[in-house]
Amino acid sequence: SSNEHKLNFKKSKEACLSYIQDALLQKQWKRAAEFLTCYVESLEKDYSREHIGPSEMIWRIGTEILWHHSQSSMKEFNCFMEQMKTLGVKRYLKVCLEHVFHLLCNGQIDEAYQNLSLAESWRFGEQTAIQDKEMKLIQAYRGLLDYCSWSKQKNILLEHGEDGFADLAVEQEMHGYFRKAAVNLKEIIKIPGVWDVFVKCYVDLLEFYGDHNEARQVLNEYAYNSKFPANPNAHVYLYQFLKRQGESKKSLISALKILHDIVPSHELMIDFNTMLQKSKKRKKRRLGLEVIFGALDYAGWKENAKAWSCLARQLKQIVISEKHLDWIKQEWNSRKDWWPAFHFSRYLAKRNWQENKSLSYEKALVAGILLGKDCKYFKYVSHQGCKAQLKRFRMLKKFVTRHNPVYLRISG
Amino acid sequence: RDFNERCAQCSEVNWGLTDGGRFYCRSCHNVTERTREVVNTDFITNSRVQSISKGLKKQEKTDGGCEWYICEGFQLVLKKQVEALEALGVCPQMKDEILCNFWRCYLQKSKQAYCKRPAGETVKALSVCESSTDVDSDPERPSLLHLLSLSESEGDLQTDCSFASSLSKVSESTSVYSGSVDGSLYLMKNQKEKLRMTMPMTLSFCYMALLWVREPITLSELLRFVVEGHIPYLNVFQHFPEKMKLCGLDLKIFCVESWPVYEEVFNKMHELAAFLDLPRFPDITESCFLHPDMLCMKYLMEANLPDELHNWTCRVVKKIGIGEVDFLTLMPGNKSTRKVKYDVLAAAVIVVVLKLLFLLDDHYEWLLSEFAEERNKNNTEVCMFYSGGPYFEFKKWYEVVKHSLDVEQKKLDEERAKYLWRCEKPLFYSVKNKSKVLKRRQMVVNLQNQFGKLSGSVQHAEKPNPSSFQLSWSEENTDGSCFHGHSLKGILQEKYGLLTAMNPDYWLCTVKLCNEKLCGHLAHYREVEFPQSYHFVLGLFSFLLRIQPSYIHDEVCMIEHKLFNKKLCKKLKYNTVLRK
Repeated sequence: SSNEHKLNFKKSKEACLSYIQDALLQKQWKRAAEFLTCYVESLEKDYSREHIGPSEMIWRIGTEILWHHSQSSMKEFNCFMEQMKTLGVKRYLKVCLEHVFHLLCNGQIDEAYQNLSLAESWRFGEQTAIQDKEMKLIQAYRGLLDYCSWSKQKNILLEHGEDGFADLAVEQEMHGYFRKAAVNLKEIIKIPGVWDVFVKCYVDLLEFYGDHNEARQVLNEYAYNSKFPANPNAHVYLYQFLKRQGESKKSLISALKILHDIVPSHELMIDFNTMLQKSKKRKKRRLGLEVIFGALDYAGWKENAKAWSCLARQLKQIVISEKHLDWIKQEWNSRKDWWPAFHFSRYLAKRNWQENKSLSYEKALVAGILLGKDCKYFKYVSHQGCKAQLKRFRMLKKFVTRHNPVYLRISG
Repeated sequence: RDFNERCAQCSEVNWGLTDGGRFYCRSCHNVTERTREVVNTDFITNSRVQSISKGLKKQEKTDGGCEWYICEGFQLVLKKQVEALEALGVCPQMKDEILCNFWRCYLQKSKQAYCKRPAGETVKALSVCESSTDVDSDPERPSLLHLLSLSESEGDLQTDCSFASSLSKVSESTSVYSGSVDGSLYLMKNQKEKLRMTMPMTLSFCYMALLWVREPITLSELLRFVVEGHIPYLNVFQHFPEKMKLCGLDLKIFCVESWPVYEEVFNKMHELAAFLDLPRFPDITESCFLHPDMLCMKYLMEANLPDELHNWTCRVVKKIGIGEVDFLTLMPGNKSTRKVKYDVLAAAVIVVVLKLLFLLDDHYEWLLSEFAEERNKNNTEVCMFYSGGPYFEFKKWYEVVKHSLDVEQKKLDEERAKYLWRCEKPLFYSVKNKSKVLKRRQMVVNLQNQFGKLSGSVQHAEKPNPSSFQLSWSEENTDGSCFHGHSLKGILQEKYGLLTAMNPDYWLCTVKLCNEKLCGHLAHYREVEFPQSYHFVLGLFSFLLRIQPSYIHDEVCMIEHKLFNKKLCKKLKYNTVLRK
């Protein structure tokens, strides 16, 4: 039993690590460095049984300290990273990659590119095959930097083009970068994963060179292949591409469907609703109502005048046509308990009126339809509006008053 | 030097020693066959001892190393340790007379030297790949991995599997890898009967010698000095001479990576004393530092408690007879008497006295403190001067001591986390991984430099001078933070001409003592089951002595049972509170 409290190397280093951790969390870089200095001798012992060994600890902790410490320079940082690369062959590419990220954060694009090229040429027996994923990432990032270079050249060319110059050398260079970038970007996006930046760049290249089919295929794969993790951005990119291509409303709508399912509060829901509202198909219009109600469930949309105007427009249209009032009822059913306090309180009425009259107008219309002319919100806003002698508010009051029976039917 | 024969050639008596250990005549350079048995504590080559009977051929290896035996290594360690003790002020006889003789006795009894057939002989059998003559070794030749896994020390070297696996490829016919001659033998043989030497045991030797000479250093102090670096322990091997190459299994023996534990050193010391058949140790009398009366005085001072409490500790000591010479003096081999831990005992006496006077039930002591506070407020300074100091207020004492204790504990915890275990001397299992080890060391040094610079103004503080007192309180402080001179009169009363405590109650830590031989402890301490004040007091002495509170708790239980022995026998029914 006396062995429990025996102070030994292992326990001493564990304690040291927890001091380092505390210091890091409190951003006390000097103190963290002090304890790290004492920890590094762990390298001289073998921890092959542990999950994370001292060399990985030292790499990660040292990186943090050197990145944030006021007295540390980029030169020291680079020197440290080079040492870390020699520490563990199994981690070599990972360390290289993270080093590159830091260089990029520091704006050292050329150094980053050099490191990537160096890492790409690394070979180490069976490790090369084991670290295949990291290698692909390295190639992908090099492709990304090639894309950046391509982009720069493109801009130069466009500028010159305005002046009437045609610079062949620049053009050749540009094409060269394109080839290098395309090869690597294409490879990485084959692997299931979240590759937003790579996909965007690759599609940009394809579009520029007119390969729309390939672009479409890439985006479809990225959005619809079930092996890839669910990614709202994939659908956004696809939608934006289709829009650029001038596709039909039908395909645009289908592109946004899954986005609505994953992220009902996405900003594109306004576009979605707008398209759906105008559709001839009943189902689509029904969906549109669902979409706009769903978006306004989220706090971030509370003060979005455009969203409210979409909802107001659709509700108004339904009320006037007197068809499909049951749609409103269905949507309102699950919301009538909490939307009044969430959106239509007296406090909000005052605030909306003060800050944004258009917003209060749209909301008042919605409130008037859903809650009737006697609800706090509508009363306040319409009163204020009429007092201010704004014409549309007078119209609003008339409209709601006229259609008040509708409210009774909805709420009943 | 002790060789007084006349030279066969020139009849002179003028002898010197060759490198081979043979006597040669300085006048005519005649070399004899006689070798010298080395008896001083310098570097011995046991090979000389053997060469009387056998005559070793090679003594120098090609790499500049030489053959050396494990016990020689330990001898060096002991030498370094005792020299450090001397530097601390221990009497010089300890080195040349006491420890030296203990060590020789040990070598003799464990048949490693000074006897006809040193145990080292059997090493030869092992390395020549013949059947071992060992009685208790298993029939198969043990592999390196097997040897590495036999361990009483923690398996830090075990984790160097990669090294081990590369070494197991070494063919079985060569001796299992170590720089010393008998490294493998040392680890393999079941040496329970012969008390195999270990690093913690070196401290047992030191403590035994200190006890024999009755030096004013307790075991807890000794261990603290070790941790603070005043006594070499952790990386002593770096002081071995260049010729003694340390590698392979030697590392397992000499490179420890944990601090020795009080119990371990203590128990080993007693085992050792019995093994060496030592007689009764010199008496521990009332004037000795290790006597409870003396130690209590020291600890009372260090705990910032009033000097008046000393009367009470003496009374308790006398009443239960733990101040008797026969109780305190060590009689090796006597299994019936309980072994005395002088420091823990003294601390426990103080705890018992505090319980007697203040009850320490998280209630009464604070009540007494309030009374004292009231009285202190009302008294003038003149009054206090005549009546011998202000009334002792438990609350104030608690606040002052807790504060200091927390500060020191925090410092200690940080020191422990920052401790550097490695030394400059590189260690490697074999020449194969020497380069890897050196590379690693270089990297470690680089990283230490890099991050050391970023550590701010921290510099490696000079080792503080070893001091006997960890907490000190000065009477000159005007802030009233020193309680030595405070008076206990607020809590005492006179009855039949005798001063007794006003507190009429006492609670026992445990009603029944455990059987120490079976479960290792007299009682089992769990913080939640006892009052906070009691826990605090245990914690204070636990810090001072650097041991677990449960050890002090054990001694407290023992003292209480002696103190209330009669009442306990009568009133076993009542669970907690007994009236005095």
